[in-house]
Amino acid sequence: MANLKTSEKKTKAQSMGLHSEVLTGKTQQKFFNPDEAENFYYFGTYDVDFNKRTEIDIKNMECREANKKIDELMKDGYGTIVIKNPQGKHSLGVGILNKLNLIFEGSLGYFGCGSMDGPIVRINGRVGWSCAENMMAGKVVIEKNAGSCFGAAIRGGDLICKGSVGARTGIDQKGGTIIIGGDAGAFTGFMMQRGRIIILGDVGINLGDSMYDGTIFVGGKIGSFGSDAVEAELTDSDQDWLKRKLKVAEIGENFDVSKMTKVVAGKKLWNYDALEPTEKKGAI
Amino acid sequence: MCGIAGLIHRGNTSNVGFELQGMLQALKHRGEDSTGYALYGKTDGQNFIMRFKVGENVGEGSTSVMEDVSVYDERKKIVDGYLSDLGAKIIKEERILPYSLRYEIEYDKDLMEFSQKIESVPGVEILSMGKSLEVIKDLGNAEAVCKRYNLDKLVGTHAIGHARMATESGVDIKSAHPFWGYPFSDVSVVHNGQLTNYWNNRRVLENKGMRFMSECDSELIAVYLAEKMRNGATLEEGMKESLTGLDGVFTYFVATKDSLGMAKDTMAAKPLVLYESDDLVAMGSEEIAIRSVLPQEIETYDPFDGEVKVWQI
Repeated sequence: MANLKTSEKKTKAQSMGLHSEVLTGKTQQKFFNPDEAENFYYFGTYDVDFNKRTEIDIKNMECREANKKIDELMKDGYGTIVIKNPQGKHSLGVGILNKLNLIFEGSLGYFGCGSMDGPIVRINGRVGWSCAENMMAGKVVIEKNAGSCFGAAIRGGDLICKGSVGARTGIDQKGGTIIIGGDAGAFTGFMMQRGRIIILGDVGINLGDSMYDGTIFVGGKIGSFGSDAVEAELTDSDQDWLKRKLKVAEIGENFDVSKMTKVVAGKKLWNYDALEPTEKKGAI
Repeated sequence: MCGIAGLIHRGNTSNVGFELQGMLQALKHRGEDSTGYALYGKTDGQNFIMRFKVGENVGEGSTSVMEDVSVYDERKKIVDGYLSDLGAKIIKEERILPYSLRYEIEYDKDLMEFSQKIESVPGVEILSMGKSLEVIKDLGNAEAVCKRYNLDKLVGTHAIGHARMATESGVDIKSAHPFWGYPFSDVSVVHNGQLTNYWNNRRVLENKGMRFMSECDSELIAVYLAEKMRNGATLEEGMKESLTGLDGVFTYFVATKDSLGMAKDTMAAKPLVLYESDDLVAMGSEEIAIRSVLPQEIETYDPFDGEVKVWQI
C-alpha cells in the first residue's frame, strides 16, 4: 500500500466537526491525497472496460463458483457484469478489490459484497445480514430492504438501502456513509467510530449506543438514545452536505433535511489513554 | 446456531410437508443434528392424532441410551392399556419406526390427565396431541427425516420446523424441536437462540405443575406459553409477555390449529426474514429458506426488535 504523507491541511470533514478526536503516535489519521493515487494498487487487480458487459446466470452455482466466475470475467476485461438469479445465496460479490460495475438481478443472502474495495454495485432486490461488511471504498445500492448489521465495520464508500434495515446498522462503523430510505432497527450505530449514517425514516431503541465518534442523522422518530449518544446542533454545513449526499444517492431528493435530528457521541464514556505504550513505559 | 422456518396458507391448503422439507433443507448448514416438523394437516377434526415415542434415537452427548425393540413393545402394550383405562378408543394405529408411533384416538376428556397417565410410562413421551397437529422429529437433516417418516405427501394449511445444531443439550429426539405446548391441543413451538433464565423459569413453572421432558432451553417457551394460556391469556398476549419474561436472545414461532405467530427478542439478535402476502406467509432464519417455495423475486423484510405477529389461516 501507499506510504502516505500526513497532510497538515485541515480537511473538509474536520472542518465540519467530524473526526474530532486527537490521534497521536502510531494511530495518526491520514487522508487520501489524489496526487498519490497511483500508489494505490492491489496485487491481482485487473484493467477492465466498463463498456464491456456480460451476464451470468448463477441459479445452479454455489457462491464460490459464482465469485470465481466474477473474478475470471474481470480478468477478461469485463467492466460491467450482471448476475441473474442470485436467489438469496450467501457471500456473493465478496472481496472484489477492483473497479467494476456489478449488478445483481435479485436478492442476496448473508455477507453480500463484503470486504470489497472499489466496485459500484446495484442490487435489484433485498440483502441479508452483514451486507458490505468491511467495505473500504465503492458504492452499493440496494433497491429493497436489508437485514441486520448492515454496513458493519465499513471503512469507506457509500452504502445505500432504499427500503428499511434491521438492527445494528453501522455497528463498529469506521468511515464512509450509510443511507437508509426507510426505517432502521435497534442499536443503529452501535459502537460506531467514524463515518456518517443517514436514516430518513424512524429508528429503534438505543440509537448510537456507546458510539465513539461519527454522526447519525435521523429524519423520523427515535425509539431511544443509547448510552453516551446525544443530540447535537444541525448546522448549515450539515444540511448542505445532507442535501448533496441524498441527491447523489438518488434517494429522498425532496426530503426536508432541516428537520433532521443530528446525533453524536457525548464522549462521557471516553476513556482513552493518550499515551503510546513506549511513552507509557517512560511515564511509569 | 439452528435454523427455523414456517409457512401458512391463508384460505387454502397445500403440500406443506414437502414445502417445509425444502425450507429446512435449505437451512441445513445451520444445523443437522436433528430436524423437526410440526405439520397442521387437513383432517375432519373429529379425532385426536397422538404422535409419541416409546424410546430414543441417541446421538452425541445424549443422556439417553439405546434400548432393545422388545422394551419398546412392552411400553407400547402398557400405553395401549392406559388408553383403554382412560376411555380413549384407538381408531387407527401406525408404527412408523420401532420407537415412533402415530395413533388416531377418540377421546373427549381432560388432556392434562391423559398426558400425565401416558407419560407415566418410563421412556414414553407424547410428541404432539391435536386434531390437526402432528410433530415429527428425529436425528438427521430435513430430507432424511422427511424420507424416514414419509412427510412429503402431507397436505395441510400451515407448518413450522427446526434444523438443530445442538449446543445446550445432547443430540436426541427429546431435545429436538418442535415442542408441543403441553397440555394444549394443537400448540407447537420452534426456537432459535439461547435462553439465559431457563432454570429460574423452569423451577417456577414446575412448582405450578407444568411438565418438562428435556433439558433443552427451548422447551421453556412452549411450557411458558402453555402456562400463560392456562391462566386465560390469549396466545398473542402470552407471546408479548414472553418478550420480558424470557431472558436471552431468541426468535421463535408458535403455531396453533388455525394460526401461526412469531416473536423476536428486544435485542433482535437472532435472524428472521419474512414474506407476507394475502394468501401466503413464509418465514425463515434466512431468505434461502423462503426461496425454496418462492423462487421468483419477492418482497421480504426483517421484523424489528420486540416484534410479535400472528396470522390466521
